[in-house]
Amino acid sequence: MRILVCVKRIPMVGGRIVLTPDGGQIDTSMLGFTVSPHEECAVEEAVRIVEAVRAKGGSGEVTVLTLGPPEAADQLRDAVALGASKCVLLETDREWGPIATAEAIAQEARERGPFDLLLFGNEAADSGDFQVGIRVAHLLDLPVVTGIKGLALEPSGSAGSLAGSLPRASARREYRGVEESFELGLPAVVTVKEGINLPRYPSLPGRMRAKKAVIDSLALGWQGEALSTESLRVPTVERRRAELLGRGAEAVPALVALLESLGLLS
Amino acid sequence: MTQVLVLVEHDADGLIDSSRRAVTFARGLAVANANSKVAVCVIGEVPTGGAELASAIGRQAAEYGVASLHVVPFTGYAPLAWARALGQLADSLSADAVVAAGTDRGSEVMAHLGAITGEEMVANCFAVSRSGTHEWHLTRQRWGGSLIEEAWLEAGRALLTVATDAIPPASVVEPVAAPLELELEAYEPQLADGDTSVVATESPEQAGGVSLASARVVVSGGRGVGGVEGFSVIEQLAAYFGGAVGVSRAVTSLGWRPHSEQVGQTGTRVTPDLYMACGISGAIQHLAGCQSAKTMIAINTDGDAPIMARADYAVIGDVNEVLPALLEVLRARG
Repeated sequence: MRILVCVKRIPMVGGRIVLTPDGGQIDTSMLGFTVSPHEECAVEEAVRIVEAVRAKGGSGEVTVLTLGPPEAADQLRDAVALGASKCVLLETDREWGPIATAEAIAQEARERGPFDLLLFGNEAADSGDFQVGIRVAHLLDLPVVTGIKGLALEPSGSAGSLAGSLPRASARREYRGVEESFELGLPAVVTVKEGINLPRYPSLPGRMRAKKAVIDSLALGWQGEALSTESLRVPTVERRRAELLGRGAEAVPALVALLESLGLLS
Repeated sequence: MTQVLVLVEHDADGLIDSSRRAVTFARGLAVANANSKVAVCVIGEVPTGGAELASAIGRQAAEYGVASLHVVPFTGYAPLAWARALGQLADSLSADAVVAAGTDRGSEVMAHLGAITGEEMVANCFAVSRSGTHEWHLTRQRWGGSLIEEAWLEAGRALLTVATDAIPPASVVEPVAAPLELELEAYEPQLADGDTSVVATESPEQAGGVSLASARVVVSGGRGVGGVEGFSVIEQLAAYFGGAVGVSRAVTSLGWRPHSEQVGQTGTRVTPDLYMACGISGAIQHLAGCQSAKTMIAINTDGDAPIMARADYAVIGDVNEVLPALLEVLRARG
């Protein structure tokens, strides 16, 4: 079972986004970095699948790939600490749009494959493009399901892809109060949502492995894109200072009066 | 005559709210794009010939200023097939923009369409104008609405999803020349075998109490609740109002509560009359899910927490002191 997981380095923006003085990008000088929550779960899911395959005597490995600046190696190491075993960094000198990103990923997947399963987050927390996984699936001519919150691989007689036929995937998600389930054969692309699992904390041996991990880097040249950013701005929300009802339990009478005025008390 | 084609979704009552917003967005584009008309595409089992649902959709489409209503008869949800059908209909209408609400389905179908044709698909737009045959100016949300991007798109045809929370649904107020109820025009796409290989099987979810997404009151707890036990009072308060319990991402990451209760960019987006944020600092991730609340009350020990700048009312204090006292008074009232 060979799994490719794709992640994207993003800043931990906290409570309010601050832009650089020229307004061209997010001021990250005071920020740490991470990957999108959906992608953390994609890494965890990949590691769990491979662990299950190994527990049954099969073989498997998780390759984690990112496209971004050289510093994105940190996010690959984070994935190794959770159990990924190989790292691929496609180095770029600017943010790439979804078409160029998908083409680069598909190219790598072809060269390093075949992979039985390609996992993505449903959408990146920053750009929210919602399409890289789907575009990669089209480029590789694979089936794809998105927004998945439950994934089960049903064995088809053998433990690993090397030994025989591939398992089938059963995937489920929710939409407008209805559960949707999908059946599809591997290889396939699956994009997942947070909630599919609860990612583990890295173990001490995991952290040690991460330090020693070999990052396979490849510098990519930008080819120009049809969609270009003109400017960024932080939306002007009314910085309404909340009306203070009081401190501690002394605020309760004011709270009750407010709830009454909102018509919420019978 | 140019056209803007909108993929709309419906339930048993007609067009869903997000789709009405997407049509409103498309009408803005059509108006700015002189002589343009809005066409909508419904995919699914819509019985034609005066049936109630068809009639409701036709009436709503007319109210929202739609010029033509196209129905692709199809059983179930198969993302690739839906995208293929939408693309073929767009081609047959010579649509110069294709739009869908940024719902999970809308986004998925539009991404497939972009992947089929190789065109750009721009997500989460809330303003658009055309400044040449191949140039579009777009305003879109990033970071779940916490950052706004102005962008240029070079494309003959624009594929867009709409950030529906930024577009209030607006019907056409002026009397329109359009009929009061639009006729549904059937469209038969040419599907390939593989287009329906990934298809959803639907089963209603177990109804477990009040739905978080539709609750009128949401009482949410964050890290400041202190631990698993602290949620007992949050649950009791939510139950008192007939509302739902919500939590921040920190709480689900700590394993205190299930992810199904998470409010935020990667959880559920809520739209209650009252949102009580208890021991929640107010990260962007969380605010993206609760900023549509009509009234927000924040209870936090830190008066400078980001949530205080977004709440309408604040109590500075420990939730484990304030909430039990509040509950006691509410219960004493009977």
